[in-house]
Amino acid sequence: MPHDAADTAQNALQTTPLYDLHLSLGAKMVPFAGYEMPVQYPMGVMGEHQHTRTQAGLFDVSHMGQVVLRGRDYAHVAQALETLIPQDVLGLAEGRQRYGFFTNPEGGILDDLMFANRGDHIFMVINAACKTADLAHLRAGLEGQGIHVKDITNRALLALQGPAAQAVLAQHHPDVADMRFMDVLDVPLGGAECWVSRSGYTGEDGFEISVPAAAAIDLAKTLLADDTVAPIGLGARDSLRLEAGLCLYGHDIDTGTTPLQAALGWAMQKARKPGGARAGGLPGADTVFADYANGPARLRVGLLPQTRAPMREGTPLFDSETAADPIGQITSGGFGPTLGAPVAMGYVPAALAVPGQGLYAELRGKRLPVTVAKLPFVPANFKR
Amino acid sequence: MKYTQDHEWLRSEGDLVVVGITQHASDQLGDVVFVELPDVGRAVAKGDDAVVIESVKAASDILAPLDGEIVEVNEALADTPSQVNEDPMGAAWFFKIKPSDPSQMDEYMDEAAYRTIVD
Repeated sequence: MPHDAADTAQNALQTTPLYDLHLSLGAKMVPFAGYEMPVQYPMGVMGEHQHTRTQAGLFDVSHMGQVVLRGRDYAHVAQALETLIPQDVLGLAEGRQRYGFFTNPEGGILDDLMFANRGDHIFMVINAACKTADLAHLRAGLEGQGIHVKDITNRALLALQGPAAQAVLAQHHPDVADMRFMDVLDVPLGGAECWVSRSGYTGEDGFEISVPAAAAIDLAKTLLADDTVAPIGLGARDSLRLEAGLCLYGHDIDTGTTPLQAALGWAMQKARKPGGARAGGLPGADTVFADYANGPARLRVGLLPQTRAPMREGTPLFDSETAADPIGQITSGGFGPTLGAPVAMGYVPAALAVPGQGLYAELRGKRLPVTVAKLPFVPANFKR
Repeated sequence: MKYTQDHEWLRSEGDLVVVGITQHASDQLGDVVFVELPDVGRAVAKGDDAVVIESVKAASDILAPLDGEIVEVNEALADTPSQVNEDPMGAAWFFKIKPSDPSQMDEYMDEAAYRTIVD
């Protein structure tokens, strides 16, 4: 395989500002999206998952991209961003956040993201693996409209998730207790200026905290000093988001899945839908709109394997025990510790995307029964 | 007791050999949530996939360490896969094999040699 200096430089793993803390906490580190990240701590994936559902977990998500978009004012930035994402950016109130995604010219998804109206600018969080491509896409799409795209590299990102998250964080600033799901607020925490949102990737109540890199370890240690808070690795992050029915980019959604196929219609607001005040005007709008008119051919659904065997990504699905050709496949799957059973997500033809529909998955040469199920598997515990 | 490079242990029991995984392997796997055992009566060749173990994170294969016939499997593991974490060297054995060439046991490490690869 050809190998040169540039490859080596690109392949060198980056670390987050919390790297030394992970090591001191006994984390098992693995490469993930170009970063050396904790996959689990001594508590183990199962214990970390349960701890987050019952108390609170602290996650290092500093590998994710943090971006600030600035223009003349919020409306200017919002109108520009609406040329790249099918969300209502202009109608988003100050101090509020929304989930969104970049579309490509084929109507597929380039990445999913969070964006917030922070008064005079937009703050956006993007996936680690897509960071470089997303920044190029933002610059290509927005700079010509007079928008400045700033990659924020001097801040860490922490997530504090679980039913005890509010009680823990409110000890450091009482105002966070008044925040509701998807609110954003500037809050000093331990003397550091933090950008806090009430959101996460677990299905639990919780907060995501952008903190200056230099203050990140101190803040993490302060939060971990609370008996109810444990550090949580990527292993439990994945099982938590899977039970919560949340998409993992590059697996459940990608450039070949349209928003409606991915069952993300809820994330496209009225103003941007067909007939809406600012419908269309973004890459792939024709395809996205055709899905509204005709219904998507296939849909992302929850899948409950009916045996104990976990079914992982790539497992083919069949509509009978003997059918020759698969009708779809699993895009994420594993064991759900809260359910105490295997759980999965995948794509099936729209006609079969009905809760209760029986299907078969082929695992190690055997057809095993699977049932289409409603998402999420574990009810969301947000503070609405 | 003999040990393989793949962190399996082999214990002679009469003319049978009992096979499991070591504490080290169990620790590396993390929380085991599923074990798929081979069919009793199956003829296996050394190196064949014999058992599938799944943790929350990932699936791993356990290989047959000897040529022979699977004569008994530990059915209890299907209902309580967590035994692989709790007692890997004892209660959580996977299968008993009747080796067709018992001298294959001699290729594997004793405990002292195995310790040198995990410590």
